[in-house]
Amino acid sequence: MKKENIIDKVWNAHIVQQKQGHPAILAIDFCLVHEVTSAQAFDTLRERKLPVFDTKSLLATVDHSIPTRKNRHEIFDEMAKAQVQKLRDNTKEFNVPFYDMDSSHQGIVHVVGPELGMTQPGMTIVCGDSHTATHGAFGAIAFGIGTSTVGHVFASGCLLMNKPKTMQVEFTGEFQPGVTAKDAVMKLIANIGIGGANGHIIEYTGSAIESMSMEARMTLCNMSIECGAVAGLIAPDKATYDYLKGKKYAPTGDSWNKAIAYWESLKSDSDCCYDKTIIIDVSDLNPMVSWGTNPQQAIEINQTIPKNTDDMSKNALDYVKLSINQPIKDTKLDWAFVGSCTNGRIEDMRVTAAILKDKKIAEHITFYVVPGSEQVMAQADDEGLIDIINSSGAEFRMPGCSMCLGMNDDKVPAGSRCISSTNRNFVGRQGTGSITHLASPATVAASAIAGKIVSPIAYFNQAGEIA
Amino acid sequence: MKAIKKIQGIAIPMNMTDIDTDIIIPAQYLTSTSQTGYGQHAFSRLKSDPDFVLNQSKYSQAPILITGANFGCGSSREHAVWAIKELGINAIIAPSFADIFANNAKKNGLVLIQQPQDVVDKLFNDAESSELILKIDIENQTIQYYENTLEFTLSEFFKHCLINGLDELDYLMSNIDNIKDFKQKQVSNSLFINRQ
Repeated sequence: MKKENIIDKVWNAHIVQQKQGHPAILAIDFCLVHEVTSAQAFDTLRERKLPVFDTKSLLATVDHSIPTRKNRHEIFDEMAKAQVQKLRDNTKEFNVPFYDMDSSHQGIVHVVGPELGMTQPGMTIVCGDSHTATHGAFGAIAFGIGTSTVGHVFASGCLLMNKPKTMQVEFTGEFQPGVTAKDAVMKLIANIGIGGANGHIIEYTGSAIESMSMEARMTLCNMSIECGAVAGLIAPDKATYDYLKGKKYAPTGDSWNKAIAYWESLKSDSDCCYDKTIIIDVSDLNPMVSWGTNPQQAIEINQTIPKNTDDMSKNALDYVKLSINQPIKDTKLDWAFVGSCTNGRIEDMRVTAAILKDKKIAEHITFYVVPGSEQVMAQADDEGLIDIINSSGAEFRMPGCSMCLGMNDDKVPAGSRCISSTNRNFVGRQGTGSITHLASPATVAASAIAGKIVSPIAYFNQAGEIA
Repeated sequence: MKAIKKIQGIAIPMNMTDIDTDIIIPAQYLTSTSQTGYGQHAFSRLKSDPDFVLNQSKYSQAPILITGANFGCGSSREHAVWAIKELGINAIIAPSFADIFANNAKKNGLVLIQQPQDVVDKLFNDAESSELILKIDIENQTIQYYENTLEFTLSEFFKHCLINGLDELDYLMSNIDNIKDFKQKQVSNSLFINRQ
């Protein structure tokens, strides 16, 4: 029998029809819905007088355009207000499960899906959002789609697609304390470039992956799109099952045992093939920080900005007001942000609070800490993290996408420099004229205290704990 | 979708690589729930530079864009495709395209033509030095370029949809019985969502 990798297995299990010269009709198991990329898709259903194919395979919430202040129900931006209302109306009309702002499960789509146990191994998962690969952490093929395709999934439970190529990215070695999944994925993107995995689905393997928590795996898979990958996934294992057990939509009893047997069968066969393999040793990796205007333009924190001669790098340096051969370390900051679908989960709140504990952030820094969901916020509160974070002078806010993308009230002012746990440092991404340095939550928190870009490694002991 | 068989007109040289969807349409314009109204904001962050190519009046309503590799990288926002279409652009020639952007383009009859880097470089040079008019023939998959003819590949299915004005959703709905059968079997074998 032909040896298959997990990508082949999950893909093949979802082909409804594959005609010569046609893309596959691919069955989609779970579609996440938010306010920004769904309204026009619901319009398509109305225009064609079609119902939603399977309302239970959808889950809607609000995240992108909502405020994160305490009284966030009041949306001052009239367009954003109308957009949120439209999602309320549409989910009601089409009977789609919806977690609104007053629900205990509101949050960023990619944080909420796994929390509810809707995200499971072997599934195909889509959303009108490019960071959908987050769900790949569970061994699902998960990818972002545009609004027309969202409409196709609403109406038919399927979409049309040609099979992507497959790529194995093996992370060998073990991280030194203070270096995280975020740093590993930023290293990958810096190495292969922002188009380096175009047309491919990645399977992440290796010793560094096996020892990662589910939260860390989600961070890693989340940024697969930043090297152009269609999706990125990790084979399910004990950590996956431990995370899922007891979650609202996870199977129980006999069904749980049957599920585990099926999920175990999805693991890549030994001696299977990939179209491409990349190996990265993380043993000597330092925390990563981006210097430019795309995620590929990133270096280890102890390095200097590389001498590049291409126009894009020159433009990037002009924009970020830095120069070649300059160390990235000690660059003075104005803002700091921990949050987003990349790093807005409970572990990210924990490491941020541990570094901030009994310390004050630099006086000139504004630091927003934004939980990825209501559940993350409740957990952070239970653990006393919110008080620790607020006592440091940082501001713990309500769940949402916040400062990741500059489309709600939370924006970095023009000309200000922000260190951010998010996924993109594109020109103006956090607000027109804003300058973004991507980094891990640990690096963001340590830098907020210093008022400039610094390594968090000094905060960690050999056991990886924060003293 | 409207049938498209030929695209002919001035080619716009936008000589930059890795143009992301935040550049094509910044997020602050995404709070609209309409499918139109994005063209006026297209490339707004580049338009503040008076030398930016789209600020030249001769390119207003020009139907073909020539650009660098990995065009459309970043977010999944289909608004990027809608904005470009509203500028009057119906075809883009580049060495490569980002995947989600390419998928979105197909749904809106925006034709993406992949050409080798050296061919794209030559097209840049010619379009920058004089007004370059290209004739794209979808059926024959050719670009008339002065006295030369360039060939390009298109997926058979997409070409069929394009020249006949067909829609992917119609194709999916014509297979809905197959889809229902498939999903029925899936629920008992390989899907374990607890929907009690």
